[in-house]
Amino acid sequence: MTTMWTTKVRRATIEKIDPQDALPDNQPSYVASWIYVFGVATLAALVVIIASGFVLTSKGATWWHTSSVGHYWNSVHLWAVELFFVFMVVHLWGKFWMAAWRGRRFQTWVTGTFCFLGSLATAFTGYLIQGDFDSQWIATQAKDGLNSVGIGSFFNTLNSGQALLLHVALLPFVVGIIVVWHIILVRKNGVVPPLDAKEIAGGGK
Amino acid sequence: MVPLAISLDGPAKFITFGFISVSVPNLIMIGLIIVFFILALVIPFPTHKSDGK
Amino acid sequence: MSKERNVDLAKWSGPKRPYDLIKELVIALVVVTLLIGACAAIFSSPDERAVTLQQWSQTAPSDFVATTTGELAGTTISAAYGPPYNNAAEGLKLGPLKLQKWSGVTIPVNPSSDFVLTPLKSSIDPDVATARATWLSASTDQQTKWAQDYAAAIETAGDASKVTVDATFGPVPVLANGLLHLAQEGSLDGLLTTEVTPLPGDFTMPMLFLADGGYFDELGATKHLHGDQWGMMNETGSYPGQSWLWMFSFLYQIEPFKSSENADSEIFAMLMLLTLGFVFMPKLPFINRLPRLIPFHRLIWRRYYRDNNL
Repeated sequence: MTTMWTTKVRRATIEKIDPQDALPDNQPSYVASWIYVFGVATLAALVVIIASGFVLTSKGATWWHTSSVGHYWNSVHLWAVELFFVFMVVHLWGKFWMAAWRGRRFQTWVTGTFCFLGSLATAFTGYLIQGDFDSQWIATQAKDGLNSVGIGSFFNTLNSGQALLLHVALLPFVVGIIVVWHIILVRKNGVVPPLDAKEIAGGGK
Repeated sequence: MVPLAISLDGPAKFITFGFISVSVPNLIMIGLIIVFFILALVIPFPTHKSDGK
Repeated sequence: MSKERNVDLAKWSGPKRPYDLIKELVIALVVVTLLIGACAAIFSSPDERAVTLQQWSQTAPSDFVATTTGELAGTTISAAYGPPYNNAAEGLKLGPLKLQKWSGVTIPVNPSSDFVLTPLKSSIDPDVATARATWLSASTDQQTKWAQDYAAAIETAGDASKVTVDATFGPVPVLANGLLHLAQEGSLDGLLTTEVTPLPGDFTMPMLFLADGGYFDELGATKHLHGDQWGMMNETGSYPGQSWLWMFSFLYQIEPFKSSENADSEIFAMLMLLTLGFVFMPKLPFINRLPRLIPFHRLIWRRYYRDNNL
């Protein structure tokens, strides 16, 4: 057994990846339904969210109030988020009704739920930094819920600067990592077979 | 940017059913989820004859 | 689910078909981008101008004066809030857990001095300076009595401008009207945001003050944004809002939460519990059997079921 850390890490990561699993050019024949498209649609919406977020970030928090181009990018950001959640919920329902957690895919389910929860938090902080009436209202309402369980002592919804940094730096970073982790697990484990797929001998991957 | 077709700046309509009160725009988004889900299950996925066995 | 099956655990050894994952991703990206771009162009997005203290004081001066008096009397929401702003109350509880109290005062806010007396230092009106000195040299009991009497007089008269001012209110009417003038001319908005740094990013002070008044609250109600109006899900105008918060919003509409004075903390705890259930759904008995009991999966995999005579 090697004692080199580098060797250990390589064996635990890169050497575990089968290129055919990572980027397969075929799928089991049962992968033939539009429901499978909603995972990738969610991902596509996330790409648009991040791209439009980059534009808004580069021009600053108040740009979109004064520029029609800025307002358009704000609209893109909003509708990308709305559709992101629509696609994600369809994806979630699909995975639930397929019982897609079978065959040691529970971790994939868990990371998926974390994607959803992280997205909720990120979207929430986005609503706080619009700099309009909506932000004022949401900030003053939400503070009571967060204060009531002590979260308000370190996350102040009325502090726009804090919400801005959470929204453009910390939370997207966290959500990004979970999403990548989720996708790696999906590719690693493959698509779950049908509930009544014929049992086979043996086991293990 | 001036919206091309529809202005959503006016007050929303609300559908109230007992204690449930949902704005029409929210209802549309929720309806979209249900419609997408049903369509995804019902519409045949394009496949080639050579697929499968 | 019961015991794992080999077919689920093993790499699929049955028939396969060509599937171009990258092509799928690119097509999805193009279609979704066009869809979003079109929605943005057609529907735009809401940008309802934020409310200023100036707007509040000009549109509803009596409400502004009454709220200012409330801050001096210690009767407003923020004056009686508790942690994280002050020790005026213990805050909400969650059964035996006093999470709000235990989290401590991390964002110190003293409404009478932060919202009223400190900004009034900037007033150039000599009467205001005198009134401020009178207030500061009085006992706490005297201060409270003045402010409460004036608050009661405003309520009786229905409008602050209709109150006949006499000595029973002490310096309170001058202080409240002094702040009203600062707000109306627009300086209070700046004064309340620049206490920490002249380049502000924190709106805790003006927002807490604004939310103490009836004007802001009324604006929210007319826009259907109140908690008991399912407002958490709603957006200004006719735009869709955070409909994904439906469960959060729903809990505020039902008992026992609706009438609980600890609704916020109890609903938060309930949501944490539901979230746990969501994360561990595959392990929940019965729930994890639902996909078998309601066979949507036969539609999803209908080709497989047909081909294999299942």
